[in-house]
Amino acid sequence: MLTVDALTKTYKTGDKALKSVSFTVPKGQVVGLIGPSGAGKSSLIRCINRLVEPSEGRVLLNDLNITGLPAGELRRARRRIGMIFQEYALVERLTVMENVLSGRLGYVGFWRSFLRQFAGDDVQNAFRLLDRVGLIDHADKRADALSGGQRQRVGIARALAQDPELLLIDEPTASLDPKTSRQIMRLIVEICEERELPAIINIHDVVLAQQFTQRIIGLKAGEIVFDGAPELLDESVLTRIYGEEDWTAMRRAAEEDDHAERDAAERMAGMI
Amino acid sequence: MSATAKTYPRRWRRPATMIPDPRWRYGIYAAILIYLVLAISTVDVNWARVWDGLDRGGRFVMGFLTPDFTSRWKDISNGMVESLTMTVTATVAGVLISVPIGIGAARNIAPMPVYYACRGLIALSRSLQEIIIAILLVAMFGFGPFAGFLTLTFATIGFLAKLLAEDIEDIDETQAEAIRATGASWWQLVNYAVQPQVMPRLIGLTLYRFDINFRESAVIGIVGAGGIGATLNTAIDRYEYDSAGAILLIIIAVVMFAEYSSSYIRKWVQ
Amino acid sequence: MPVTQTENGPAWHLRTPRARLALWAGWFALVALTVWCWQIMTKDTIWLFVMDAPQQAADIGSRMFPPRLSYIEKLLWPLWDTLNIATLGTMLGVIIATPVAFLAARNTTPSLLVARPIALFIIVASRSINSLIWALLLVSILGPGLLAGIIAIALRSIGFVGKLLYEAIEETDASQTEAIEATGASGGQVLIYGYWPQIAPAFWGISVFRWDINIRESAVLGLVGAGGLGLQLQASLNVLAWPQVTTILLVILATVVFSEWVSAKVRHAII
Repeated sequence: MLTVDALTKTYKTGDKALKSVSFTVPKGQVVGLIGPSGAGKSSLIRCINRLVEPSEGRVLLNDLNITGLPAGELRRARRRIGMIFQEYALVERLTVMENVLSGRLGYVGFWRSFLRQFAGDDVQNAFRLLDRVGLIDHADKRADALSGGQRQRVGIARALAQDPELLLIDEPTASLDPKTSRQIMRLIVEICEERELPAIINIHDVVLAQQFTQRIIGLKAGEIVFDGAPELLDESVLTRIYGEEDWTAMRRAAEEDDHAERDAAERMAGMI
Repeated sequence: MSATAKTYPRRWRRPATMIPDPRWRYGIYAAILIYLVLAISTVDVNWARVWDGLDRGGRFVMGFLTPDFTSRWKDISNGMVESLTMTVTATVAGVLISVPIGIGAARNIAPMPVYYACRGLIALSRSLQEIIIAILLVAMFGFGPFAGFLTLTFATIGFLAKLLAEDIEDIDETQAEAIRATGASWWQLVNYAVQPQVMPRLIGLTLYRFDINFRESAVIGIVGAGGIGATLNTAIDRYEYDSAGAILLIIIAVVMFAEYSSSYIRKWVQ
Repeated sequence: MPVTQTENGPAWHLRTPRARLALWAGWFALVALTVWCWQIMTKDTIWLFVMDAPQQAADIGSRMFPPRLSYIEKLLWPLWDTLNIATLGTMLGVIIATPVAFLAARNTTPSLLVARPIALFIIVASRSINSLIWALLLVSILGPGLLAGIIAIALRSIGFVGKLLYEAIEETDASQTEAIEATGASGGQVLIYGYWPQIAPAFWGISVFRWDINIRESAVLGLVGAGGLGLQLQASLNVLAWPQVTTILLVILATVVFSEWVSAKVRHAII
């Protein structure tokens, strides 16, 4: 179970991306996070595994307070949170198998990972996951040789290789065609059911969100303006979330992505 | 779950992408290893000499950290003036000469005989190291910065003319086409179609070459072509590491200054 | 405004009057600087020697030809030394340059205020000082021989490789490293799984490129006593054995052409 409690994120520039956001996600629930660009979706999802450092508030994963952890323990906590990215974010020059096995990095030491000596169980599990997402024949291919849909499947397999207790999914279908988008969404929902995984899907396609998720959270300007079943999402709610024509929000979108990226880069700089 | 009955391999090895054939792969590894053993074994080191040298090495590091600018200041300043004046004049002269040669060496605008002549000159300039050119020119023109000036000018031609020619060959043909279509002459073509496209890069390359020329000017003094190199050579010969450290620090400072100002000028030009 | 109002109506100029003035002032300053530098530089030049140069050139030219080709036999061992100086020096330089590059790159440096400036200073210091000067110093410190040459080549290579490599690191795609980080990987693992695969082609390309340059440089290091072909060149110059000098220059030329060919082939194979 994931609990987000009064989470606030203020960037150095003074922009408030999140304003005291609170919600809980029980086991096995798939939540769609919708909202206009710049509403703070991307910041929210990254504050949960602290790729972006939250300013205030708490994140609890099964009673573990993630926000308070020092660097070493944060890494151990991150192993339990799988993340799937918008542009797949595979390491393109590595093979598919290495990308899946990289989900185990938190569990093996430096030299074993350097020499690609993963435990037999890890390798077996990686093959099983590749079979599950339908890519077992592509294990030895380089990631950049795959199509978009296939790459996203590898991304899913990598996240599952972590044996996660929570999935964070950032715009999984943004770079895919409509048909592949549905396949990927279906796969994610099936897997969450099989493993009783809670998941937060950050998604801009409202129709897709309604179709595949069990609960929708609407975010606007860093605040929750809707939280309920997909059926309750009607015209008036959508207008409340997206507004009639919200140009300022669109401008802020670019800014927010920018902030999130810079913040992550800066923090990563401190880590290595 | 349909996959329950299936078993999956417990081992996976990264496929070798560069050299798929294992015999070739191990053959190449072995060859590299043998080469390294042979190469390292022929480096005969006089360890006693090295051991003695550690002390001098320590003194050099100390000299670098506590440089002595004053006791040889007259030599240093003379050498710096020679180096800098040599660099400025050689860069200007080099650019003036390399522009026509670069245009002549561009396949798309120069006639064939001119092209081959210019390419030949460029190849000659590039194939010889600055220090060797300096040795020959010192033998011809006598010691002093004039030989150094000629050396740097000659080296600049090879560098700039080649890159300029490549740039001209890479220009956007449609723009040249458009100018040609207006009935422009060859000179007008160069002025209107080629120059605007290559000018910013030419300025950038000139600044870069200025930087290189200064660094080279510190070297050719070793063989008598003037500049700070001669001063440095003397300082090292006399084991005056604190003066040598001072000279090296000045060189580093000038190079850093040249780099910063060139990035500034480049921004300003564009 | 490039268009000005005159008595005859608006007139178009390429630049504004102020820009034109600045441009002319700039050109004038450049010419004045050049003339001034020229005068300082040539104040001690003995023009008689310069006038004499064509005769000297003809004289040396006639002595240089024909080259003494039988001398090649004695050049094989120095040639082997030259190759070793370049190769071992490049390897040593690359080994040192790689950590320096990671310290210097904005996205991987442990601290922007301490480690990065130090790494950048190492890079600029190494780049500013030619390998011949490093060799001069090292021969004075360690004594003449291959070791001084190898270290000189390595010291000069650090800056070159370090600079190009840290630029490559700064250009890596942040989302790929972010994804590795999100799996709970340690800093070292983010380096080898996130950064290394992205910079590997640049790494090999830069190394081979520098090796090619180092072949050229190691051929002349012997002039200051650091071993290889340059030693023979120095010895021949000392006794004015011009036919031998020609032979050595031809061997150096052949080596340079060969290394350029190898480097082009290897880089082609990598990319």
